[in-house]
Amino acid sequence: MIKRFVAVWFRHLNTDWMTRRQPGLKGKPFILAAPDHGKMIITAASPFAQVQGVNIGMAVADARAIIPSLQVFDDEPERPAILLKAIAEWCIRYTPLAAIDLPDGLILDVTGCVHLWGGEQPYLDHIIARLNGFGYEVKAAMADTVGAAWAIARFGQGNFIIDSGGQTTAMLSLPATALRLGPGVLELLQKLGLRQVKNIIGLPRAALGRRFGKELITRLDQAMGHEEEITSPVQPVEIYQERLPCLEPIVTATGIQVALQRLLEKLCASLQQVQKGLRRAVFKCYRADGKIEKISIGTHRASYNEAHLFKLLELHIPSIEPASGIELFTLDALQIEDVSPLQEKIWEGTGGLQDTGLAELMDRLANKIGAGNIHRYLPDEHYWPERSIKTALSLCEPLPIAWQANKLRPIQLLTPPEPIEVTALVPDYPPMLFRYNGTLYKIKKADGPERIEREWWLKDGPHRDYYRVEDEEGRRYWLFKSGHYTEDKTYRWFIHGFFA
Amino acid sequence: MATTKADIINQLRKEIFPLQGLKYIPAPSSISTGLGPIEKAFPNGCFPTGAIHEFLSGEPSGAAATGGFVAGLLAPLMQCNGASVWISSSRKIFPTALKFFGLAPDRIIFVDVENEKDALWAMEEALKCNGLAAVVGEMQEMSFTASRRLQLVVEQSGVTGFILRHQPRNINTTACVSRWKISSLASVMEDDLPGVGFPRWKVELVKIRNGKTGMWQVEYYGGRFHISTPAASILLELKRKTG
Repeated sequence: MIKRFVAVWFRHLNTDWMTRRQPGLKGKPFILAAPDHGKMIITAASPFAQVQGVNIGMAVADARAIIPSLQVFDDEPERPAILLKAIAEWCIRYTPLAAIDLPDGLILDVTGCVHLWGGEQPYLDHIIARLNGFGYEVKAAMADTVGAAWAIARFGQGNFIIDSGGQTTAMLSLPATALRLGPGVLELLQKLGLRQVKNIIGLPRAALGRRFGKELITRLDQAMGHEEEITSPVQPVEIYQERLPCLEPIVTATGIQVALQRLLEKLCASLQQVQKGLRRAVFKCYRADGKIEKISIGTHRASYNEAHLFKLLELHIPSIEPASGIELFTLDALQIEDVSPLQEKIWEGTGGLQDTGLAELMDRLANKIGAGNIHRYLPDEHYWPERSIKTALSLCEPLPIAWQANKLRPIQLLTPPEPIEVTALVPDYPPMLFRYNGTLYKIKKADGPERIEREWWLKDGPHRDYYRVEDEEGRRYWLFKSGHYTEDKTYRWFIHGFFA
Repeated sequence: MATTKADIINQLRKEIFPLQGLKYIPAPSSISTGLGPIEKAFPNGCFPTGAIHEFLSGEPSGAAATGGFVAGLLAPLMQCNGASVWISSSRKIFPTALKFFGLAPDRIIFVDVENEKDALWAMEEALKCNGLAAVVGEMQEMSFTASRRLQLVVEQSGVTGFILRHQPRNINTTACVSRWKISSLASVMEDDLPGVGFPRWKVELVKIRNGKTGMWQVEYYGGRFHISTPAASILLELKRKTG
């Protein structure tokens, strides 16, 4: 398949950005400068300053002599990368494969994308118009190879769309710089009078390799399409991604719902074909003003159930702000897993924890109230009541040990235990009465003590002596004394729960 | 002739059940809740599943007693690997203790919500899921509208719901199929041995659609309910006192 690439060249990336940030700078001479060898050297100059003879690489003092009203700003070396990344992400509306080309360009792999904009010329015009609209002065070119598109965008004249297979012809009259070569090789070419691509291309390959090194050969082959060039898109390709560009910007919730439904339909169909289900997905809305609205969902079990996934996403639709309208919807499956379809049961009875309906219910609950508020408990090998259970990590985590049933435990446990005042006849006897929350309870029957040691290897502290007591009205409580009866009265009484 | 009349009445009664929201009337002894004599109070002589039951409790120990009784009821519903959901905004229930009532605590999913509104929403969502054996919701207040919503949901899904209302501010009319009040009773030890015995409750069935209300004394041990009617228990008490 013939690939098509678009190279976008930002002629004044940094200064355009400054103008965009501070509209007052428009039409005024200003420069960006960074210290170099103890001098402030110009790294970027506004078009107006360049016209007056201020060029990149000059010292700031010299430039000030030329234009006294020159405004100087500090440059940040990493800014182009940040800017380009943001713009490349914005360009995902044109193609999913947008790559950064430092220091001042973008490479878009537009193979199979242009027909959505009605052809190559409208596509390119659209990109240029939109970027110009943002205040960036750009040139863009389209060709079969990255190298050719790059060269045409920077050095081309007149025709910026090179027809398929025409890159060699188009590049003949371009300067050698158009081949993206290092300064060493360029200098050598210059010295030998090989100023244009057509001078180089006619030379024997073996001689070129010997004289100029492998770089020239590679770059030449890449530009001509003999060697494939690999770009690294800013966003790695999702295998399961669905896109829905809109002719008119969408602003209503119903519109978003329709878009979502269409995307889910396609995604679920493709997932179902390979027996895969979705675990995490993100629904993105690309707004006309360049912002991206996102909804992320997660499921407990891999699912390609369209209705279920729609319900999960639908809950969050009200959080989307369409603002001036949404131009493009994408739905990415971030994490997919194999689906093991459960056999439908013929006989009565529920599927227990393996039930698909239950997993879907958990998804819905987790989406609304948060996954941290849903617990399943498993027994743990501890006698200390607070540690005797642990939270299960998943719905299908098996029992590590059997639930202990030989010790009676209260059906309601107070966390933490609440202090009570107690009267006991004899030390180490169950109490006669206790006061809890201002009410006095007279104890009729009691069982105990059951001593539970605080596992010192986990946390230091006194042991507990638990008593099961019943008051005169038949209410049953779980009380404990923390620590020994000693003369300095370090023990304390607590109520820890209610028995059924 | 008399028998045919009774048959006709029975037939008509059964036709009325679905109209009153009791869509799932299992034949007696299909699910044994082990409630014995209490089951006679239910329509068709069987514990109504696929309906909402409401439990009222006052003091904290009452909530514990209710929890115990409901756990005892849940156990037969969750037989054959069933799962259930327990929704609460202030959960105190201790999973380990549920084992005593014959439940597998690892098959209960505890959902902690922030307020009663979320609890109602979660309850409704959970009741829609017919893969569940039962849903328990702890909430203080429930309006008639809310209860009717839940009732309509269970009529579709056939899941049994339990609403535990702790210290309700006003005891209003609800669309629930039954209303219970469970309170603790002093446990009984054989031969007046010292110590605390098995859980023992006074179970009041205050309201039951198409059934008879009543009051029983229920004890739970050995993995099932042991029920004595008040009269029998009074006799027992007398016998114990007089020797």
